[in-house]
Amino acid sequence: MNALRSPSAAVAAILLAVTFVAEADEDFRAAVRNPAYQAECAACHVAYPPQLLSAASWRAVMDGLGKHFGSDASLDPATHAEILRHLEANAGRRDTVAAGKPQLRITETRWFVHEHSDELPRDVWKHPAVKSAANCAACHTAADKGDFSDRTLRLPKGVHKK
Amino acid sequence: MRLATCLFLLASASSAAFAEAPADFLAGYSQEAKHANPGYTAPSVQRGQRFFTEKHGHDWSCASCHTGTPTASGKHAVTGKVIGPLAPAANPERFTRASKVEKWFRRNCNDVLGRACTAGEKGDVLAYLMSLK
Ligand code: HEC
Ligand code: HEC
Ligand code: HEC
Repeated sequence: MNALRSPSAAVAAILLAVTFVAEADEDFRAAVRNPAYQAECAACHVAYPPQLLSAASWRAVMDGLGKHFGSDASLDPATHAEILRHLEANAGRRDTVAAGKPQLRITETRWFVHEHSDELPRDVWKHPAVKSAANCAACHTAADKGDFSDRTLRLPKGVHKK
Repeated sequence: MRLATCLFLLASASSAAFAEAPADFLAGYSQEAKHANPGYTAPSVQRGQRFFTEKHGHDWSCASCHTGTPTASGKHAVTGKVIGPLAPAANPERFTRASKVEKWFRRNCNDVLGRACTAGEKGDVLAYLMSLK
């Protein structure tokens, strides 16, 4: 799980984090508002900001919707194409790869792990009020609107910063 | 059970071509079920409730996400995301759009049973959901 094995990786992760924050706020909100994306990709979890994975990663996610993290999330071909186009157009510009393969989880990307390891204890994701790192809304109370600002960040009861 | 039959008869009188209300879906499923199995008579609230709350050889039942009280909000079994009530009495948007209804039957039946639901099963589930007030 530890993505920061070397100092250069750490620097890269910090640069990544800074860039994301600078460009993030308004772009996230605009990109999750897309009607097709909302209708189809916000039923089982929040619509994740497309910027947090690369286009190659989104293609891999969309290729596997029939067996999507243990659920059937398959779509008709027209809707599939429309959403893939939206994700590709708004995807992050940096690679999100591990072991030569596009990553499927935002929560396993180096950026995410770094952003969430400074202040949070390692076992935070197992807390019953969180359940999964993919449950952004457990802490980011306006995640459904693409808002991940400090203003709307509220750790659930029983979860403490380290 | 009597309610379901009643609803079924009512619904059959109207056209099932444009399914727009729960009763239209119920009529459509019954017709389809009869077509597939001449011995089929009518949807059953009791069969529907059993089907909804029991597991079918996989990890989840319908109730795992929609709860055993589908007039209340449910919660996605993995992500914890809130799911609005499934019973039409508690959520008037349910069973009003064929594309949405069929999409979710396809996905959820695949997750819960590892196959598509039959028209008879869908009719039973819907009769059960429509019996809840
Ligand atoms: C039928 C339910 C369902 C639908 C519909 C659905 N997902 Fe998911 N998705 C899941 C589940 C379950 C997980 C795993 C959540 C967890 O591990 O906590 C998941 C996880 C994800 C993740 C990884 C989250 C992480 O850990 O970083 C991404 C990315 C994702 N989904 C994208 C999509 C996209 C894009 C769509 C629309 C095309 C979509 N999902 C539609 C159920 C669904
Ligand atoms: C257990 C609570 C928790 C969960 C769950 C969580 N986060 Fe965070 N998130 C935080 C904390 C704490 C910070 C750090 C805030 C800071 O350093 O100012 C943060 C920071 C962020 C930031 C940077 C915001 C900024 O303004 O600097 C983004 C973007 C973000 N998270 C996205 C996500 C996404 C996307 C998910 C789900 C895939 C997620 N988070 C899940 C707690 C959480
Ligand atoms: C893993 C979680 C999960 C399971 C298990 C599950 N569902 Fe669902 N179901 C959902 C989600 C998520 C939605 C879409 C979100 C919404 O519409 O609020 C949904 C929507 C539906 C709809 C759409 C109704 C409409 O008109 O809006 C039907 C019908 C349905 N489910 C039936 C079932 C049946 C029958 C079963 C059991 C075979 C089942 N579900 C099992 C999560 C689940």
